[in-house]
Amino acid sequence: MTTNTTNIHIRTKINGQSYEFLAPSYMSLLDALREIVGLTGTKEGCLDGNCGACTVNMDGRIVDSCLVLAAEMNGSEIETIEGMATSDGLHPLQKTFLEEAALQCGICTPGFLVAAKGLLDNEPKPTERRIRHWLAGNLCRCTGYDKIVKAVQKAASDN
Amino acid sequence: MHPFSYVAPKTIDEAVAVLEKNGTRARPFAGGTDLLVQARANKWDLDTVVDIKKIPETMSLEVSQEGLTIGSGVPCYQVYNNEQIKKEYPGIVDGALIIGGIQIQSRATIGGNLCNAAPSGDSICPLIVYNAVAHISGPSGSREVAVEDFCTGPGSTVLQNGELLVKIVVPKPNAGSGTAYQRFTPRNEMDIAVAGVAVSVQLNNNGDDFESVRIALAAVGPTPILANKAGSSLSGKPINDDSISEAASLAKEEASPISDMRGTIEQRKHLIEIITTRMIKEAVKRARG
Ligand SMILES: Cc1cc2nc3c(=O)[nH]c(=O)nc-3n(C[C@H](O)[C@H](O)[C@H](O)COP(=O)(O)OP(=O)(O)OC[C@H]3O[C@@H](n4cnc5c(N)ncnc54)[C@H](O)[C@@H]3O)c2cc1C
Ligand code: FES
Ligand code: FES
Repeated sequence: MTTNTTNIHIRTKINGQSYEFLAPSYMSLLDALREIVGLTGTKEGCLDGNCGACTVNMDGRIVDSCLVLAAEMNGSEIETIEGMATSDGLHPLQKTFLEEAALQCGICTPGFLVAAKGLLDNEPKPTERRIRHWLAGNLCRCTGYDKIVKAVQKAASDN
Repeated sequence: MHPFSYVAPKTIDEAVAVLEKNGTRARPFAGGTDLLVQARANKWDLDTVVDIKKIPETMSLEVSQEGLTIGSGVPCYQVYNNEQIKKEYPGIVDGALIIGGIQIQSRATIGGNLCNAAPSGDSICPLIVYNAVAHISGPSGSREVAVEDFCTGPGSTVLQNGELLVKIVVPKPNAGSGTAYQRFTPRNEMDIAVAGVAVSVQLNNNGDDFESVRIALAAVGPTPILANKAGSSLSGKPINDDSISEAASLAKEEASPISDMRGTIEQRKHLIEIITTRMIKEAVKRARG
């Protein structure tokens, strides 16, 4: 191997908390979260941007963390599934996902929740069409999507 | 994935220097939505990625009297959420809105779409029919290349060693013009075009004749194709079903698709004819306001 890979010094905020660590220059944001920071709620599905299981919020926008480099975390603010519930309890979306049985195996769920929160944070009352469009970057092999969409609609109706 | 180093230069000159020094073993990194997927598939021996998003020129998005400037690091969502761009450059928005899903659009750039040079790249045909120009910087200075000449084959472009796409400039459309792009995909979102067509029309003062028309075809050749015969067949013609269907059948002839898992040659040619018809009509509608 001829490459001079380097460790990148990263200062970032994750779920409101400051972190500082070194990450290999070719590591993904997904792997940095799971393997360095120890936050394993964000899942790996396809590693090519199709499934959305790795969705996190980066500086106010949802992204596939498998297609972002850890190096890019420096100076940014990340929100993951671990930041959704607070000491007051579950996030409204987490509650409605449970009430509507919007998950089975659960591997896609963190990605769907973070993506749906990204929608409701900016558009509190989306139409069903808008919800389906917004969540098109998230795949689920179990539920058939209807229950997920219903759960998001229910959380939105409480807004 | 082959381990690579990461650099994020703050100036064009620095970026060009790193690219020149490392040759094909370094690549510019914009949104990474093609690059990281292809790096994982070991498409190249990559030693260095050069993140271009810390360079101010690549991050500019500006609508002025001269036209629209899209820096090569600007993600799609910033383009399609811009009210002025929506109003004045709807064909650019048509393309940006359908690249991937929301997560992809947070990152994917129009510059990356162009440099990746997929025949199906959804932003390329709209750029071509708008007469957009790619502004390139490299070791021997800057140069400009019309977007219609930028792609030279699947995944290959006019970019030479050390060169970087800095921005794309779309000239301001004249009054009485309209542009639209649409593709066919089996799924509404998160799919790759089986065929796509962009059309830009310039109408005469009364709005009942075509003055000039540009038509570009996606996913039906080794690069996006400027369908010259189809476009020029409409010059000076009245706007009616006859003139439009003649242009659509010429576009069908100019398409030279392959058969693959997404579609057959026949299906793709058929789609080109239909989408061309629809896009001419849509562009006329937009031109008339
Ligand atoms: C799930 C998924 C869905 C997708 N859907 C679509 C779709 O519907 N339509 C579509 O057209 N595409 C689609 N794509 C492909 C991709 O998202 C687009 O091509 C995107 O616009 C690429 O932009 P980027 O900024 O991510 O490019 P990058 O991945 O950063 O770069 C792409 C290529 O261009 C080079 N490059 C980047 N910037 C420059 C520059 N400034 N100068 C010189 N070279 C440069 C890179 O080295 C690389 O080779 C999809 C991708 C994924 C993963
Ligand atoms: S693991 Fe990132 S999109 Fe599937
Ligand atoms: S619940 Fe199993 S993939 Fe969605």
